[in-house]
Amino acid sequence: MTCRELVALVGDYLDGRLARAERERFDAHLAVCPDCRAYVEQVRITVDALGRLPVEDDFSPAARTTLLDAFREWS
Amino acid sequence: MTQTEYDLLDALRAGDEVAFARLVDDWGPAMLRLARLHVPSRAVAEEVVQETWLAVLRGLPAFEGRSSLKTWTFSILLNVARSKGRRERRILPFAALRDRHTVAPERFQGRRDERPGWWAVPPARWDPHEALESKAAQAALQSAVAGLAPRQREAIVLRDVLGVDSEEACQIMGVSEGNHRVLLHRARARVRDALERHFEERAA
Repeated sequence: MTCRELVALVGDYLDGRLARAERERFDAHLAVCPDCRAYVEQVRITVDALGRLPVEDDFSPAARTTLLDAFREWS
Repeated sequence: MTQTEYDLLDALRAGDEVAFARLVDDWGPAMLRLARLHVPSRAVAEEVVQETWLAVLRGLPAFEGRSSLKTWTFSILLNVARSKGRRERRILPFAALRDRHTVAPERFQGRRDERPGWWAVPPARWDPHEALESKAAQAALQSAVAGLAPRQREAIVLRDVLGVDSEEACQIMGVSEGNHRVLLHRARARVRDALERHFEERAA
């Protein structure tokens, strides 16, 4: 496996979706390639960092009231 | 659907306002976040969420519960947001055009080089702590996500920002599992690229 092939498989690797044989080839490459180890680690960090981003604020009170009114009318 | 979901559905159909208000509050931030993927402002995102809820109420009598209420609601939301987004902004972001590779092919050695397919320009090293904690890195992440092609943006925000599992994300987006995998994979690679550029600029 080359570095170029490896980066195409990182998503499946991190999600645990590689077939066993492919996973072994992936791990064998990682074992000898510090650059790919850094790459995989960085994708993992990126995913972690995304999970820590603030989402959004709550709905504004005015919009919330409009919706609850609409619900009352509907029910 | 789970039992709790059936109960919830019954409550809504019976006109239980408290149950409805709780859903609006619980799902509000995630719905606004998803709406913002396609519309330019917070105000328009609120409109999208409102329209979604109205559509959900209209559809509720006929809803059969083949998917969960949340999945169904979020898929309606994405459709509303996508069509509003098309009206609000007709220009495709550049990211949609240069989209085929996870890592730029120039970064690997060519056929005549010493080790074809191995890194020519290896990833720059970063401090993981800084990547996770610094405000500047967060801002770089946010703008990287904003610069992705629309479907990639949906995939990465659903999965990695909002933590929706893959199966649900596929249903919400209306794409196949394979398709979703590719979108997510490319989106993550691109966002990593953007972080790398951010750290390189910092170092320069």
